[in-house]
Amino acid sequence: MNNKDLLNLIDITVSFEGFLALNKLNLNLKKGELRAVIGPNGAGKTTFLDVITGKVKPTEGEVIFKGKSLVGRKEHKIARLGVGRKFQSPRIFENLTVKENLEISVTTPKSPLNLINKSIKDEQLNEIERLMKIVNLAQKVDSKAGSLSHGQKQWLEIAMLVGQKPDLMLVDEPVAGLTDEETDLTADLLKSLSGENTVVVIDHDMEFIRRLDSNVSVLNQGTVLCEGTMETIQKDQKVIDVYLGRPED
Amino acid sequence: MSLSKIKFDKKIVLSFWIILIALIIAAPTLLPVFRLNLLGRYLSLSIVALGVDLIWGYTGLLSLGQGIFFALGGYCAAMYLQITSSSEFPNNIPEFFALYGVEKLPFFWEPFRSPVFTFFAIWIIPALVAGLIGFLVFRNRIKGVYFSILTQASLLVFFNFFNGQQKLINGTNGLKTDVTQLFGQMVGSESMQRLFFWITAILVIAAWFFAKWVVKGRFGNILIGIRDDEPRVRFTGYNPVIFKTIIFSIAGGLAGISGALYTVQSGIVSPQFMTVPFSIEMVIWVAVGGRGTLLGAILGAVFINYAKSLVSEALPASWMFIQGGLFILVVTALPEGVLGWIQGDGPRNLLQRFGLKRKIETYPSLEVNNKEGNNE
Repeated sequence: MNNKDLLNLIDITVSFEGFLALNKLNLNLKKGELRAVIGPNGAGKTTFLDVITGKVKPTEGEVIFKGKSLVGRKEHKIARLGVGRKFQSPRIFENLTVKENLEISVTTPKSPLNLINKSIKDEQLNEIERLMKIVNLAQKVDSKAGSLSHGQKQWLEIAMLVGQKPDLMLVDEPVAGLTDEETDLTADLLKSLSGENTVVVIDHDMEFIRRLDSNVSVLNQGTVLCEGTMETIQKDQKVIDVYLGRPED
Repeated sequence: MSLSKIKFDKKIVLSFWIILIALIIAAPTLLPVFRLNLLGRYLSLSIVALGVDLIWGYTGLLSLGQGIFFALGGYCAAMYLQITSSSEFPNNIPEFFALYGVEKLPFFWEPFRSPVFTFFAIWIIPALVAGLIGFLVFRNRIKGVYFSILTQASLLVFFNFFNGQQKLINGTNGLKTDVTQLFGQMVGSESMQRLFFWITAILVIAAWFFAKWVVKGRFGNILIGIRDDEPRVRFTGYNPVIFKTIIFSIAGGLAGISGALYTVQSGIVSPQFMTVPFSIEMVIWVAVGGRGTLLGAILGAVFINYAKSLVSEALPASWMFIQGGLFILVVTALPEGVLGWIQGDGPRNLLQRFGLKRKIETYPSLEVNNKEGNNE
């Protein structure tokens, strides 16, 4: 652990009635880093995000974010501290318009009094304009989010994530169901976000992870198997064994 | 298609309001007292329905216990009326106390001597009780059907308590208001009933605008967000517990106002206001009128209740069947309710079915191809 780290996961164990979803997982993230997390099904990737965002409380271990412990904090408090999350399948508010979705994400403070009393600030409106341009939704401002295509929904959710201005962005399978072109654009978008933000991307798509050109952590059976660049990972015998194919094959 | 897409002409809106206001003013001369009184009562029920629409239609909280807050408002109003009209009775306390040998007014009646206190109590007490129940339930993340069961259980607790407390609030007999005095006049008199009708009409419109203001903009969007995907709202940094508590409390306050108006127009408040079927009926009014439309809640409450009284006069035993059938019809055929159906594509689809209107041109092949392209 050092001061430049934004996030430290220390010996995280999550046990669901005896089943160890995460087993003494250790992971450190530097500020501004882009990190890809891969692993076979059931490796604990989503549980790992659940622990950071407060959805699941670890049985043991400590989560330190910006020097503060996140364990035991409520989800909305963790979100306000600067942790944003994009879900696996697009989770947007389908009955609201694109603009209303983004309003929800950029609004601060997130108190009922502020929402009912005051109209949205100009700078927040400008931010919405900017976000809609980045993700090519400017023409869809007043469309119901539910009427968007799958790819557009993914992008809207990414825009909502960015609009929250989190220090740490957790992105779960952002390119599932996207076309090749959309996948490339998403990779570029995520790359451009790192540097200023710290981004963790979870995905299966090897081409996409390679395009991110970042450090990769491989999860297996609830623990970090190996860390390094895509090249090192692909040469690692342990990774080859559990993830990329068994020697017998 | 949503309401926002249907643009009403300004002139139509204006003439709608002029006709509405004219009808409200003229109603007491057009309708016989009996019918006017019924209309006033049903209009007051539409205020509790507005609350149900806020919590259920917008926020997804199906409460089967709105009768609690409705009755609390009614009791507040009735206690004031009883206590201010009790000067001729023994010990200067309401008449029923003598039946049970009570000589001293129970302490919680005292503040109801004040009209100002009562004015606020009618909506603040139910709102506070709703806020408290809501907070405890929402904080423990109880939702869905468990929330509904819990609200119904609370309703039964309140019902049994009020039903059993003869010495405090006259138990199962309830508190009569029609023979009490207000502003030197009998509450049940024709002129007072006319006044109550106007007050009710004005308050329905005020409550409607208030509810519209609540759901407009970002606050209302968060309510819809909670209804559709609560965890997502939480991960965006909002605390749903506070939002749900506020809206449940608002619905409680509206129920209280509604209950008070209903009480003075029906002449009595009793634990019957807290029976299980009555609270379920409130939900049916909103479901039939149209969830999440506000206006649908008002129309549903007024029309269903008016139909109930007309049918019951003609065919006394059949109303329950009709109401049940209506509910089944709406759930199966018009899940958005009547107003939701009208605002949506319902009428167009119906006309199409009879060949009266052309279908909108689409390019089905293009849509199919697009979808396939995305899935690749």
